[in-house]
Amino acid sequence: MLRFLVQRLALAIPTLVIASMIIFVLQQLLPGDTATALSGEERDPEVIAFIRQKYHLDQPLPVRYALWAGGVLQGDLGESIRLQKPVIDLVVEKLPVTLELACLAMLVALVIGVPMGILSAVKRRQAADTIANGIALWGLSVPNFWLGILMILLFSVHLGWLPASGYVSPFVSLSENLRAMVMPAFVLGNAIAAVMMRHTRAAMLGVLGSDYVRTARAKGVSPLRLILRHALPNAAIPIITLGALEFGQLLSGAVLTEQVFSVPGFGKLMVDAVFNRDYATVQGVVICTATTYVLLNLGADLLAAFVNPKLRRA
Amino acid sequence: MLRLFAACLVAGAVSLAPVQAQTLRFGLMEDPDALDPSLARTFTSRMVFAALCDKLVDIGPDLKPVPQLATSWSLSPDEKALTMILRPGVLFHDGEKLDAAAAKYSIERHLKLPGSQRRGEIAPIDRVEVVDDLTFRIVLKTPFAPLLAQFTDRAGMMVSPKAAERLGDKFSTAPVCAGPFKFVERVPQDRIVVERFDEYWNKDQIHIKRIEFRPIPDGTVRLTNLRAGQLDLLERLTPTDLPQVTRDPKLKVGSTYELGFQSIVFNANRAGSAVADPRVRAAFDLAIDRTALNQVVFGGEFLPGNQWVSPKHPAYVKEYPLPKRDIAKAKALLAEAGIPKPSVTLTVYANNEAPQVGQVIQAMTREAGFDVKLQATDFTTALDAADKGNFDAYLYSWSGRPDPDGNTFSFLACKTPLNYARYCDPEADAALAAERATVDPAQRAVAWKHLADKVMADRPLIYLFHRKLFWAYSTKLSGFTPYPDGLVRFGGLTLN
Repeated sequence: MLRFLVQRLALAIPTLVIASMIIFVLQQLLPGDTATALSGEERDPEVIAFIRQKYHLDQPLPVRYALWAGGVLQGDLGESIRLQKPVIDLVVEKLPVTLELACLAMLVALVIGVPMGILSAVKRRQAADTIANGIALWGLSVPNFWLGILMILLFSVHLGWLPASGYVSPFVSLSENLRAMVMPAFVLGNAIAAVMMRHTRAAMLGVLGSDYVRTARAKGVSPLRLILRHALPNAAIPIITLGALEFGQLLSGAVLTEQVFSVPGFGKLMVDAVFNRDYATVQGVVICTATTYVLLNLGADLLAAFVNPKLRRA
Repeated sequence: MLRLFAACLVAGAVSLAPVQAQTLRFGLMEDPDALDPSLARTFTSRMVFAALCDKLVDIGPDLKPVPQLATSWSLSPDEKALTMILRPGVLFHDGEKLDAAAAKYSIERHLKLPGSQRRGEIAPIDRVEVVDDLTFRIVLKTPFAPLLAQFTDRAGMMVSPKAAERLGDKFSTAPVCAGPFKFVERVPQDRIVVERFDEYWNKDQIHIKRIEFRPIPDGTVRLTNLRAGQLDLLERLTPTDLPQVTRDPKLKVGSTYELGFQSIVFNANRAGSAVADPRVRAAFDLAIDRTALNQVVFGGEFLPGNQWVSPKHPAYVKEYPLPKRDIAKAKALLAEAGIPKPSVTLTVYANNEAPQVGQVIQAMTREAGFDVKLQATDFTTALDAADKGNFDAYLYSWSGRPDPDGNTFSFLACKTPLNYARYCDPEADAALAAERATVDPAQRAVAWKHLADKVMADRPLIYLFHRKLFWAYSTKLSGFTPYPDGLVRFGGLTLN
């Protein structure tokens, strides 16, 4: 198990270095330059020259990368040119918000998707299966932005039950925090629930048709025990892998939901940074997302190995 | 999960925020940049400064300068020295006194802070002299008519010297000024919170306890938040959302015409481009029906225009009224230029409105023979193309300045930073120098006429219309007055 862990960690480091290099180079391909974008309506040439020099924009690309990488090794992700704040502070401020939103969305997805997938597999080709599939199709096809606006109109404008936007830290008020997060978590979790349901259904169908399940059934194991004890652990492996991937995507892909509900998370930070050519912020956000993604995948592999011991030797 | 959801709903119904009655929640279109009057560059940051930082001079709803931190001022006969007298007893938020030395410090900081965006606005200042405790004199290198107008904006904002020295270029993290509200906190992209300053010189006018500025970039989302009671006031309502607001009995609308303009800049010196020929630019201008454009895209809410100031502005040159569309003349001009079917690429921002304006212009100019290709890009890309001269025509907006100099000099004077048209004409330069040299309205009117004579003939850029700025607010808010600079004055506002 330890060797497995060390191997996986060793693979993670070059992955992160390559990811950071790719994003560093890709950003340079964006038309327009930071100094011009940030020089204000007046475009004072002296201001432009000052910004170039202060943020090393006048240096060649490899030098800039080396300066940035050197900083990262010392825990310094640089400074946001637009907000004049250390990127690490922005990350520390935004990451918990996005993580909470992603966790709640994942909870919504699991609570809706997995039971529906199991039900759909067990009641294959029956009414429940058709209904579950219909709901999944709806969840996949409804755009987040539209669903978000509709929910705000219903729950905030007409009923006045939930706040339309904003974020309150759970340490300030847990109830206010949850009130603000219910709608965004549902909107975000909704689409993933559909994917979860489809994958759970497929995995369960595969397992339910296998010999050992038939044997267990012949031995008189109760249907509930058969599903929960015998079938689900085997079907869980693809679901865990999918969950980790989807969770990673949630960290960087919650942009629209964050915009609709004005949740001050990573997505909003990233979009603003890209439009303002705030390279240090983009780079910082990407490296943090990539790290989280790599760790999540590692976590999923470990969890899968824990659930299925055969994988530890693979 | 269901129980959790139900618990949240119940908690929500019980605590529908009565504590916020004294807090004005103001929805902004974007997250402001650095909150340092010397470094700030966005329109949105000016919204926040209106609460934080008073200026030497303000403008009234009629665009005339009115006293704010300076109670009176006088210009020397040679117009090279402006003497200002400060209001007595004004304190900064950190308790420091605003005196002539502090004013000198603030103006010099605007001039000298590395990266200062204000330097260009007040560059003709040679030095600032302290006359007595409350009087200071600004000595200019050359007469500079727009100086007082510059002091109605960020260049006129006074900062506490003590705080500025202590924080250096990190002043924006905890700005200390002499405005009606003091800085409390900022969570980037979420909120900026300010609180009433109890020792403000005009505190009787301030009835709101706190203001929460909340950046919500999407117009629909911003309006939905206002309707849901999450906001009390929002800026830059889109004209297409107006009916929604007017239908809602709980909402009101305020509006004013902007000081800026919407225009098409031609890359007049681009080799091989059809627009390098002034006759082609004239034909393009003649093919546009400004009134129809305003009607189609903006429901007639904006103001068609043809100059750097709107037809309602006192400096509008009346000898050049709004031109009428004339397709026959446009075709004749193209024939004369020998380019009957010119191909022009029009660069527009990929926002909600600009591409629509582009499409209408495309259709209108097609009738005269133009083949207009639209290129929609993000702001920075368009700017980059403009800077490098990689464009034919560019749909360009300018937010405007109280003095017409701010709408002309940097665009039309030879080798100025915003002169994307690369326009350089000795007569236009002379007219611009003349308008800067005196504050006398009659002499300036002559200069504006001379400038118009050149620009209306050469058309380095053509002016199309002036936007109306809309605010939507809850009926709980009273005392709201729109100002032409598009900023909210928080004095006199009451939340019931």
